[in-house]
Amino acid sequence: MPDLGKYATEVLLSYGVTILLVAGLVWVSWRQSVAAKRRLEALEDE
Amino acid sequence: MSVWEYANPRRFMGWTAPVLLWVFGLAGVALVTGLIWGYFFTPDAARFGSTVKIIYIHVPAAFIAINAWIMMLIASLIWLVRRHHVSALAAKAAAPIGLVMTVIGLATGAIWGQPMWGTYWAWDPRLTSFLILFLFYIGYISLWAAIEDGDTAADLTSWLCLVGSVFALLSRYAVLFWNQGLHQGASLSLDAEENVADVFWFPLVLCIVGFVLLFIALVLLRTRTEIRLRRAQALERRMARN
Repeated sequence: MPDLGKYATEVLLSYGVTILLVAGLVWVSWRQSVAAKRRLEALEDE
Repeated sequence: MSVWEYANPRRFMGWTAPVLLWVFGLAGVALVTGLIWGYFFTPDAARFGSTVKIIYIHVPAAFIAINAWIMMLIASLIWLVRRHHVSALAAKAAAPIGLVMTVIGLATGAIWGQPMWGTYWAWDPRLTSFLILFLFYIGYISLWAAIEDGDTAADLTSWLCLVGSVFALLSRYAVLFWNQGLHQGASLSLDAEENVADVFWFPLVLCIVGFVLLFIALVLLRTRTEIRLRRAQALERRMARN
């Protein structure tokens, strides 16, 4: 691990916030995609 | 075959299905490599200490935040001129990605600003125009959500996008327009003397490539979702009539 010195909090917080937001965005986009696909398939089967 | 045929919804769903996984995969490889390189294998900067590692996320996020709006502007213009539904839906699909990138840019900038500038926030031209861009993203997404008719929503949001483009461009060029404020100049420039040192530049470029690929992958995925939702709504209306 690199020694982040006195700025460790700022660097780790920045990376933490970014990873959380990007992962959340990918997860929500994927969930919405799956839900839309299922909804359309159900309607087309009717 | 005309390039516009790729924007036909059925054809768009066909060609994006195999491309999507590749783009996600390439984005993952570029991001993981770039971030590991930047975080673990670059030295601290003389002026900024270890906070220099924040540029590997702050600069690409800000780059996408601005250019997502430019992409939305182009898609909106295509909608207004040629009435291609996929272009309007692509603009809608890109907005939440741009919003998240704007939040990352603002948050990491504030976190970096406290130890470097002594404050989380300053009413600096670039920061202020970036905050206004954030508000435009909120307004754009809210307008899409507020209007039930898809075509009307696409029309109104396209005009909003045209207005907001002023602030997207200001976010990019504010540092050049006003020779004041705390925010430093561009980290990447065509002028080699303005660029950051090579040791930071290479992983930074790789991270930007990763963010761009992730943006493309997410826009394709979310546009596919919007096309399916539009088709589902049309089927539901047809069933309700019968």
